[in-house]
Amino acid sequence: MKALDLIGSAVSNTFRSKTRTILTILSIFIGAFTLAITSGLGTGINNYIDDTISGVGASDAMTVTKTTENAGDPLAGGGEPAEYDPDAVSAGIPGMTVTALTPDDIETIEGIDGVLSVDAQRNINPDFIQFDDGTQYVASVGALVAGQTTVLADGSAPDDDATEYEVALPQAYVEPLGFDSDADAIGQTVTIAITDAVRTQHTIDATVVGVTEEALASPTGSSILINTALTDTLFDAQSTGIPADEADRYSSATVWFDPDASADDIEALKERLADAGFTGTTIDDQLGTITTVIDGIVLVLNAFAIIALLAAAFGIVNTLYMSVQERTREIGLMKAMGMGSGKVFGLFSLEATFIGFLGSAIGAVIAIAAGTGLSSVLSQTLLADLPGLTLIAFDPASIVGIILLVMAIAFLAGTLPAARAAKADPVDSLRYE
Amino acid sequence: MSIPIILADDVHKSYGRGQTRFDALKGVSFAISEGESIAILGKSGSGKSTLMHIMALLDAPSSGRIKLENVDTRTLKGRRLNRTRNKTFGFVFQQFFLIPNASVLDNVTLPLKIAGVGAAERKRRGMAALEQLELADKAKNKAINLSGGQKQRVVIARALVNNPRIIFADEPTGNLDSKTGAVVEDILFELNREHGITLIVVTHDEDLAARCDRQLRIRDGLLIDDTTEVAA
Repeated sequence: MKALDLIGSAVSNTFRSKTRTILTILSIFIGAFTLAITSGLGTGINNYIDDTISGVGASDAMTVTKTTENAGDPLAGGGEPAEYDPDAVSAGIPGMTVTALTPDDIETIEGIDGVLSVDAQRNINPDFIQFDDGTQYVASVGALVAGQTTVLADGSAPDDDATEYEVALPQAYVEPLGFDSDADAIGQTVTIAITDAVRTQHTIDATVVGVTEEALASPTGSSILINTALTDTLFDAQSTGIPADEADRYSSATVWFDPDASADDIEALKERLADAGFTGTTIDDQLGTITTVIDGIVLVLNAFAIIALLAAAFGIVNTLYMSVQERTREIGLMKAMGMGSGKVFGLFSLEATFIGFLGSAIGAVIAIAAGTGLSSVLSQTLLADLPGLTLIAFDPASIVGIILLVMAIAFLAGTLPAARAAKADPVDSLRYE
Repeated sequence: MSIPIILADDVHKSYGRGQTRFDALKGVSFAISEGESIAILGKSGSGKSTLMHIMALLDAPSSGRIKLENVDTRTLKGRRLNRTRNKTFGFVFQQFFLIPNASVLDNVTLPLKIAGVGAAERKRRGMAALEQLELADKAKNKAINLSGGQKQRVVIARALVNNPRIIFADEPTGNLDSKTGAVVEDILFELNREHGITLIVVTHDEDLAARCDRQLRIRDGLLIDDTTEVAA
C-alpha cells in the first residue's frame, strides 16, 4: 500500500464512526485549547515585559559600576559603621551609595578586551520641577542610553542632538504641574532647579517635548527624561564650586559590546570587568528574575494542560481499541489480501495521529480566537492601566509546537491499539465456525 | 504431467497442547492442477476451513508441506508472503466481509490499494471488474445498501480485480437464497471455465460440490475421498 493511500485510508477511517471520533477529538480539543491558552499567556506577558522593558537597555549594553565590598546588598554589614569612601556617590536609591567611577576608571574600562565603547553616566540630582510659578515638585532625572525606548503618551522623546533644552515628563506630573492634558503640556516651558556644591540654587528652563506613559516597568519610572544638552547644563550647574579634577564623577557607565556576543562571551566580559574591579550587569541579569517567575507560573499552567492531554490520550486508546475490535474482520481481510503487519500498524497509528491533529488544530484555532478576544476586552477593562499589554499572545512557532506535541501524544496513544491490530491473526479474525 | 498449482503433502495441523490439544488435520495429501474446480466437502468441525486457510497461506501447517507451483510455502516470509497472497489469491466469503460504509468501488479496489496500484489504474480495473459482474451502476453506492446477491457479486468482483490464479470460495452461497445462490455459482464456474482461474470451493452443499471437477471429502481431519468426475 502506498504511503499516500495509507494516509487517505486513515483519514477516511477516522470519520467512519463520527460520534465516537468527535467525542475523542473534543477531549483532545480541551487539552490543546488549555495548552494553547496557557502558553499564549506566557508569550503575552513575556512579550509585554520585553517590549516595555527593552526600554531598560539595548541587549548589547551592560551597566558597569565599581565593585564595592558590600555591593549589591544594602543591608549587609550588620551594625558596623562603614568606612568613609571619598569617592562614594548616591546611587539614586536613598541610603545607597556606589563608589564613583573616575575618568581614569572609564579609560581602564575602555581598554578591556571586548568593550566597544563606554558611556559614562553622570549623576544629576535636581531639587524640583516647576511650571509657571506653580507648586514645586521633587523630580529625579533618568536618561535613556542609545537603543532604549520609552512608551510615549504624547509628543516625542527628547532629542539628544538638539541644542535646546528638552524634557519629557512622566504622565503623573502633568496635572499636578498645572497642565490640562498631555497634549497641553507639549511645547510649554518648565523650570528645573538644581543646587551646586556651595549651596547655590540654579534654575534652568526647558521645553516639554513629550509625556511618558507609566508602564509596568518604565525605564525611567517616574523620572523626567532630559536630552544631552540639558544634562550637560544641569551637570555643570551642579558641579559649580567643585575642583575640576573632582567634578567628573560618574555613578555608572554603560558599556557596549558586540551585539552578536554569545552568553559565554558576555560572561567572559563580565569576568574581565570583575578582574579590573568593576561589576557589569546586563539587561538580562535584571530581567532574568521576572521572566523566570513568569516562566515558572506558565510551566505550572502548562502542566495542567498536559494532564488534560494525558486524559485525552486515554480517550484515544479507548476509541481505537473499540475501532480495532469492530474492524477485526476488516483487518483480517486486509491481511489475507496481503497487507503487511507494519502497514496495519501504520494505518491505525496514523488514524490516532490524525485525531490528535484535528483536536489540536481546532483547539489552537479556537484558543487564538478566544485569547485574542479576551485580551482585547481585558485591555480595555481590567488591565486598562497596563497599556500595551496583550495578555494572551500567540506566536506561530509555539502553536505549531503544541500541534506537533499533541500529535506525538496521540501517536503514542495509538500505538497500543495499532499493535493489537497488527498482531491480529487473519484466521482468527475471519473465523466464524 | 505439469506442476500442480497446489500440492499438499501430509499436512498436519493441531491447536493447543497437552490435554487441550486438538488435531484439526491429521495428514492430508493431494494435488490441484491449474484451472481445476475443486470442492472441499465436510461437516462443521471436519477441518475443511483449516485446510483452506493453510492452502491460502493464512495459516502454517504444524507439519507437512504446501507447495505453491513447486515453491515450498515455508520459504515465503514477510513481504514476499504478502505479495504472494495479494497476487495469487482471491477470496469469496460467506459473510462477504465488505466494509459497510465504504463505496462499492472502494471495496472492490481494496486488494489493488494494498498492492500499491495508483488511484487511476485502481478505478479503471475496479470498474472493469464491476462491469463484468453487471454492477457498474452501483459503483458509488455504499456496500451496506446492497442486497445479499449484489453483495456477493461485489465480493466476487473484489476477488477478481487483481487477476488472481486461484479463487477461494468459502460457502459462497451460504447466505443467499437458492435463486441468487445459483446465479453466484454460475458466475464462479464461468470464471473457472473462461478465465482458467482455479476455483476452490469449501462447502457442505452437495449440489454445489457436484458441479466441481473434483470433490475432496474431509472427515475428522482426514481426507476420506478424492473423486475425480468427468467435467460437466
